[in-house]
Amino acid sequence: MRREGSLLENIVRRSSSPWMDGSGTMSDVVISSRVRLARNLRDVEFPHRMDEKAAGAVLDKVKQAVSDVNARKAMPELTCIDLQDVSPLDRQVLVEKHLVSPQHAQPLPGRGLVTRPDERVSIMVNEEDHLRIQCLYSGLELDEAYITANGMDDLLDERLDFAYDDRTGFLTACPTNVGTGLRASVMVHLPALAIGDEVSRVLSAVNKVGLVVRGLYGEGTEGQGNVYQVSNQITLGQTEKEILENLSLIAKQVVAEEKRYRETLMKNRRTALEDRIFRAWGILTNARSMSSEEAVKLWSDVRLGVELGLIEGPDVTHINEILVIAQPHFVMRSHGRTMTPEERDIARAELLRRHLATMRS
Amino acid sequence: MTCEECGKNPATVRFEQVVNGKRTVMNLCAECAQKKGVLSVLFQPTFSINSLLSALLGSQMKGLPAPTPGEEEKRCRICGMSYRDFARAGRLGCSRCYETFEDRLDPLLRRIHGSGRHMGKAPLRVGGAARARRELEDLRRQLAAAVADEAYEKAAELRDKIKAIESTLGREEE
Repeated sequence: MRREGSLLENIVRRSSSPWMDGSGTMSDVVISSRVRLARNLRDVEFPHRMDEKAAGAVLDKVKQAVSDVNARKAMPELTCIDLQDVSPLDRQVLVEKHLVSPQHAQPLPGRGLVTRPDERVSIMVNEEDHLRIQCLYSGLELDEAYITANGMDDLLDERLDFAYDDRTGFLTACPTNVGTGLRASVMVHLPALAIGDEVSRVLSAVNKVGLVVRGLYGEGTEGQGNVYQVSNQITLGQTEKEILENLSLIAKQVVAEEKRYRETLMKNRRTALEDRIFRAWGILTNARSMSSEEAVKLWSDVRLGVELGLIEGPDVTHINEILVIAQPHFVMRSHGRTMTPEERDIARAELLRRHLATMRS
Repeated sequence: MTCEECGKNPATVRFEQVVNGKRTVMNLCAECAQKKGVLSVLFQPTFSINSLLSALLGSQMKGLPAPTPGEEEKRCRICGMSYRDFARAGRLGCSRCYETFEDRLDPLLRRIHGSGRHMGKAPLRVGGAARARRELEDLRRQLAAAVADEAYEKAAELRDKIKAIESTLGREEE
C-alpha cells in the first residue's frame, strides 16, 4: 500500500512526464506517440457486464501477474493501483496526465491502473476491456512505443489466459477493437495550419484515408490548443506493422504540411507572427487570473515561438508542462483542495508565473 | 462564489449551454449539477461508438431475413447475452459471444474493418501454429497465382514449401 501511495503522489504532483520531454523524431510538431493494446481474459464477462465480485477477481489476477513480472525484473518496477483507493480529485489528475481515460476515472469497483515511475507504461484494468496496455513516447516514435507495449503484452500473456481466436484475433468488448486490439495515435500540434485556416482541409483528408482525428482529451475537445490526435480506425485484417506504418506515413505528411506553413509565416508574416507569440508569452508570464481555455490557447502560440527559435531559453518539457498545469484538477491538486472556477483561475495564473519564472533566469 | 441553484454550497462547476444561439452560463455546486443532470450529460455521451454500432446492428437486422424465434433467443452459454442484447448495447458480453454469434458478427466485422480475418500477432502459446497456418494460406494464394500465370517452376517451389509447413503443423497437432 505504501508503494502505491508514493508512486501515485509523485505522479499527481508532478506536472512533467517523460513522454513530453521533447525528445524523439519530429518532436517540433509531434508531441507524443501512443500505442494501446486491448486484451481480455478468456470466458470472463467483459467489464460492462461484470458485478463487483467478478471485477475484483480480474483485478486480483492482474495484480498477481504484475507482481510475478516484477519478480523477474524484466522491466522497471510496475505498481498496481486500485482506483477505489484513489481520491476523485487524483483520479481526474490521472486523466489530465493521459494515464487513464475520462471513463476510467468514474468510480466503479475493480477498476485499476498499473504503471511505473516513468509513466511510459500504463495499463487500465477493467475499463471497456479487462486490460488496456498503453505506452506513451515523446515525438513520432510509434515503433518504440509498440515495442514496449508488445513486450508488456508478452509478459502478461505468459501469465494470463487472453481471449484469442485464430480467425478474429484478440477478442474485445466492442467489435471495433477486435483483431490486433491495437489503437495507435500521434498527438500533433498544428498552430501554423490553424493560423492559415487550413486545419480542417488537412484533417478531412486524413479522415478520408481511414484515420480518425480527435482533440487533446478525446472526442469533443477538437481544436483545444491546436492539438489533434490522429489514430487508426481499423484493427482487423492488417498486421500491427501495417497499421503503424500507415499512421506514421500519414503523420509525416501532416507534419510536412504544418512545417511548410510555419516557414511561410516566418517568411511572409514574421512581424505579425512575432507579435502574436510575444503577446501570448507576455500574458502567460504576467496574468493574475487565467482560465484553462486561455492557458491552452496561449500555450499553443508560445510553443510555436519556442519551436521557431523566436522565444529563447525555455526547453520543450517546460513548455509542454503548461498543458498539464492549465488543467483544473491539477491546479486544485497542487493546492490540496477543491476550488471555485474563480479561485482556480487565480491559482492557475500564479502556478504558471512561477513555472515560467524558473526558466527565464 | 456560491451555487446559483441552491445558494448554499460553493460553486465548482461552470455549466455553459447554447440554446438557439443564446448562451447561458450557470455556476453550480457538484450536488446541484448532479441533480440537474449536468454531470451525467458531461460524462455519459449519448452519441458514442456503441450507440452508432447499435444503429448499424439494427439496420443489419432489418436488411437480413428476420431471425427465426430460436435464433432470437440464442444466448451465450458463458455470459447469457442474447443477440438482441448485443444489438441494443453495441458491445458483446464476453469473449465466447464471438463464437455464439459468429454468423451475425461476420458481416458486421467486414462492414467495420473491411475484413473478417485477423492478420496480426498471435499469443505466444498459439503463436507457432497460428503463424504457420497464416503463412500457409499466403503460400497457397501465391501458388494459385503462379499456376494461373503458368509459372510452373515457381509453383513447384511453392508446393515444396507448403508441404514442408504442412508436415510440421501435422506433427505439432498430433
